[in-house]
Amino acid sequence: MLAKEAMTMTQEKPILRVENISKTLGGKEILNSVSLSLNKGELKVLIGPSGAGKSTLLQCINFLLPPDSGRVWLDGVEIQNRRKRDLYAFRQQVGMIFQDFNLFDHLNALDNVSIALRKVKKMRRPEARDRAMAELERVGLGDKIDLYPAELSGGQKQRVSIARALAMDPKIMLLDEPTSALDPELIGEVLSVIHDLAHGGMTMLLATHQIAFTRSLANEVIFLENGIILEQGTPAELLSPNACTRSRDFCSRLDDLYKEKA
Amino acid sequence: MFDTLSAILEALPYLLEGALVTVGIVIGAMGIGLIIGIHMAVGQVYGNRTVRWAVGFYVWFFRGVPVLVLLFLFYFGLFALMGLNLSAFAASTLVLGMTTAAYQSQIFRGAMLSLPRGQFQAARALGMSDLTAIISIILPQALRFSIPGWSNEYSIILKDSALAFVLGTSEIMARSHFVASRTYHHLPLYITAGCLYFILTWLGIRALLKLEEKVRIPGYAR
Repeated sequence: MLAKEAMTMTQEKPILRVENISKTLGGKEILNSVSLSLNKGELKVLIGPSGAGKSTLLQCINFLLPPDSGRVWLDGVEIQNRRKRDLYAFRQQVGMIFQDFNLFDHLNALDNVSIALRKVKKMRRPEARDRAMAELERVGLGDKIDLYPAELSGGQKQRVSIARALAMDPKIMLLDEPTSALDPELIGEVLSVIHDLAHGGMTMLLATHQIAFTRSLANEVIFLENGIILEQGTPAELLSPNACTRSRDFCSRLDDLYKEKA
Repeated sequence: MFDTLSAILEALPYLLEGALVTVGIVIGAMGIGLIIGIHMAVGQVYGNRTVRWAVGFYVWFFRGVPVLVLLFLFYFGLFALMGLNLSAFAASTLVLGMTTAAYQSQIFRGAMLSLPRGQFQAARALGMSDLTAIISIILPQALRFSIPGWSNEYSIILKDSALAFVLGTSEIMARSHFVASRTYHHLPLYITAGCLYFILTWLGIRALLKLEEKVRIPGYAR
């Protein structure tokens, strides 16, 4: 009995487990029984053509879009999304980054980061301020704290939104194409922040079209198409030049597309 | 000519007192409209089916019936029926307030709907309840965007307040009418009354423009 317990203790438990998520929107099946799990410190990358269901999957995981069916566990605890309190507590632990930043337009960078600390974590103003300040410095924006979203570049906005998520001390982060709305010359600054997070041991599920980034950093690539996981494996398995996979096919077409643009 | 001037000057303190009453009605009505209007707008955008229906019904009713009819209906009918014994001033303020609430709710609703939906999503993703997100994220922006429409509503309510005269509220119009019919200086007195409304409109709209500038979010185009 004791030995058995010890076994399960040492066996790595996933920090996030998602099982059989299905979602139909407007009569169209977007997700069909998708399951995945992330261990602590892992970076998994969702790739796939647009309309594959990547955004929907990320939004279903933290119930911004309630899934039609499926279950989600964080740290071994199943989320009861009908219990508001549990749901809000769960969302605090799941950082979410959006393609178009979604900063709060009426607040400067500092308040964008500190408002949830004050309103959700009930921190006092000076403490929230210090914490927000620290997070903004971490993403290299210590000198931009007084600027409003309309005064920031796209890359800076996305870094503020990452700081905003980090300030909540999330256990995992969901990133929904964080660089897709950025000008090419601004992508690097955001990727480098994500790179640092990955090296710092943050657990992340990232939807992206940045194939080179995926190759170098992802622990696993998940290829989603038409609402199902088509392929799943390490970047080497799926994306190496001689791999005969749908993922490699897709990525090389992406590469061609970017070459044409450049 | 001299006669006319002295008639105006003689009546002016009395009319200015009336202007204070008018200002009282307008501030009261706009305040009531602001409070009810915000709640109704939130209810209509984020509420469930019953709430949306109730707000829709309220707006439909108050936008569909002339203010004059509403004044009589409430002052001589419904308020009495409810056992409320209100002064003419209170009754007109309340009725104008309930009316402008219907219009204001639609100003706020429009502003809320014009906000990018993603900000609400982001607030929820941070663990905010819908109510917290509405109070901390949606309303501060929606109310800013509502100021131009709101100043429009102010100028309308200011002029509608002249109707309070029919209930016997002694505001600008009632006092002008009273002096005019006693002294027969109709033209100069109604011109004076018109000027007072004109000045009050101008002052209010100027103040709201100032406010709009003061709360403008940096980086937004003027």
